Amino acid sequence: MSAILDVHDLHLRRGDRTILAGATFTVTHGGIVALMGPSGSGKTTILRVIAGLERFDRGAIDVEGVRLKGGEKANAALLRNLRRKVGLVFQFHHLFDHLSALRNITLAPTHVLGVPMPAAEARARELLAALGVEHRASALPRELSGGEAQRVAIARALAVDPPLLMMDEPTASLDPSRRNELGELLARLATQKRTILLSTHDDDFARRWATTILRMDGGVVV
Amino acid sequence: MTSRRRCCLLSLALCALLGVRAVAQQSDLRWAGDLEGGAPFVEADPNDPNKLTGFDVEIAELIARGLKRTPHFQFVPYGSIDQAIERGTAEIGLSGMEDTPTRRAAMATTIPYYAFREVLAVRDADAGRFRTLADLRGRRVGTLGGTMAYEILLQGERQHGLEAVSYDDDVHPYSDLLLGRIDGVLLDNVLAERRRKTMAGITIQPQAVATSHYVGVLAPRNAPLRDSIDEILRAAMRDGTLETIFRKWGVWNGDQRALYDNLIARKAVPAVTISGSDAQIGVALSRREATLRYVPSLIKAAGVTLILSCLAMAIAVTLGVLIASGRVYGRAPLRLALTGYVELMRGTPVLLQLFVIYYGLASIVKLPAFLAALAGLALNYAAYESEIYRGALEAVPGGQLEAARTLGLTERQVLRLVRGPQAFRIALAPMTNDFVALLKDSSLVSVLTVVELTKQTQIFATNLGSWVIPGTLCAAMYLVMSLPLGALARRLEERWKAPTV
Repeated sequence: MSAILDVHDLHLRRGDRTILAGATFTVTHGGIVALMGPSGSGKTTILRVIAGLERFDRGAIDVEGVRLKGGEKANAALLRNLRRKVGLVFQFHHLFDHLSALRNITLAPTHVLGVPMPAAEARARELLAALGVEHRASALPRELSGGEAQRVAIARALAVDPPLLMMDEPTASLDPSRRNELGELLARLATQKRTILLSTHDDDFARRWATTILRMDGGVVV
Repeated sequence: MTSRRRCCLLSLALCALLGVRAVAQQSDLRWAGDLEGGAPFVEADPNDPNKLTGFDVEIAELIARGLKRTPHFQFVPYGSIDQAIERGTAEIGLSGMEDTPTRRAAMATTIPYYAFREVLAVRDADAGRFRTLADLRGRRVGTLGGTMAYEILLQGERQHGLEAVSYDDDVHPYSDLLLGRIDGVLLDNVLAERRRKTMAGITIQPQAVATSHYVGVLAPRNAPLRDSIDEILRAAMRDGTLETIFRKWGVWNGDQRALYDNLIARKAVPAVTISGSDAQIGVALSRREATLRYVPSLIKAAGVTLILSCLAMAIAVTLGVLIASGRVYGRAPLRLALTGYVELMRGTPVLLQLFVIYYGLASIVKLPAFLAALAGLALNYAAYESEIYRGALEAVPGGQLEAARTLGLTERQVLRLVRGPQAFRIALAPMTNDFVALLKDSSLVSVLTVVELTKQTQIFATNLGSWVIPGTLCAAMYLVMSLPLGALARRLEERWKAPTV
């Protein structure tokens, strides 16, 4: 199986703190990859770097042929390509406060991909239904529960159909029964066409649902 | 310190002050005047700014001497002298106060001590064609607001179709005359002569438009004091003391002799005489008549206020958005320049900015008054608005911006679709607040001869001799304009709280 993500020798320093110290790993197509490790080990930073939200000093990242190099500012075209490949669901969701759940989901398809509104809306409703929150379509983010907000955030990321879906600490705010529901959901989403890379420090969750577990410590994958 | 104790101390201090004041009252003659009026009336001595000179100063000394008291000067702006006398800030107002029927009816005025002529000043080149107000049909004619000359010009609007322009001082009418912003200036001969001496290119037409006098102004309750002062003035007319004073200031002429002869013979002297006309100026109208006469002009002035405020706000909002975006997204030099602009506009008085735009830049761009007022208010408020938007833009959580970026939105789209709309909701309340403030700040533009609501109220009050009715109407009109704004803002906020689908 070919690699969807190849991370090679990532280095990142902020001031005199070393955040990443040569992290290297590969993710193959399909499945759920759990990135584990103690707080401060660099899990979230790796996800942010792969999503193009942060620069890194040295090393390289390759997402299905889109290549980010250390020490360089990625240009707009490269970032555009990268973001067709990678989606990120934040730990705190970061839904757009002024838009309903449905409009949160249709924003990117209509404005980035140029999908006509009726089609985008139909697809958004499908996603909400698949995630079990179709009844919350017209709710504003502040009216959603934590679990509902997470599902809307997943739907928002899936709406632009990225082959690599990353999630930062998806289980952090969920109770045990909700965690299993999430695991089942992710297992359904992870197909040959979609790979899930998530960071967590929930051992039970990772052992039960992940197809691959990577462990980070001190800015490297061990 | 407890607040009760502080209160006690405060009242003790007040008592002490009042005590001193009471003693002072017996030997001091407090007289009010406007230093900005300048020579030959009242001005700070150029050699010793703590000393006063001018014929009004000498007349105050003359009166105080006659009353065996010491003159004590109290600075009061020209337009507020009547009110200040009424409330007891000073006992007598002496600052080239005009002898109008309204003033005679509302206050205790002394006998006139100087006769003046309202004269028309024009540019030398126009001396042949603009001889009287009738020649100035369709032209702009300036004067000092709240004066008899302004009343005459308002009458001229009806009779001759000219346009009256009101100034807050007596220097800028003449400088605007030379700049071509107006085509004539009507003011009394003392002010006109003074200006003609310092500015080249002004011709004063020999035929007087009207004649009247300067008087001292006292509160009606001080009528007995006024009677003693009248006798002192009559004595000074008889023994030539007044003539000496006016000769010293170079304003003595034959008109004074005639006036004094009449007054010494105790003949009645009409307040104002309009040349070649029986029409009267500032005839003491009943409050009802005056109100009916002024309400239409107040409504018109409120319209000026509203249009000016709305346009200024629209420009300020647009500029504010651009400045804020530049400060949040721009490169360092742009950010620095914009920060400099904001600090300059916020850190200096808007009044000064208006003066610079209208008068200071007149040699480069000669903006009409309304445009200068609009530009001044808009440029000033743009600085404040930009700070609101910058704060609002920065208040939108960064996580949402990152989420938008990971979805593939460009920076421009992030601003337009995610950051901007949320910032606008945050900015709405402070913006509404600023608009209401602007509505009232717009009254400052009267210094640029724009007659808006507050200025019109002041004109009304001067002519009526009271602030009660004009002030009440003015306040009501401001409220009528500002209250719907608050309601509109609340409705918008409500609408934005509701879901969008």
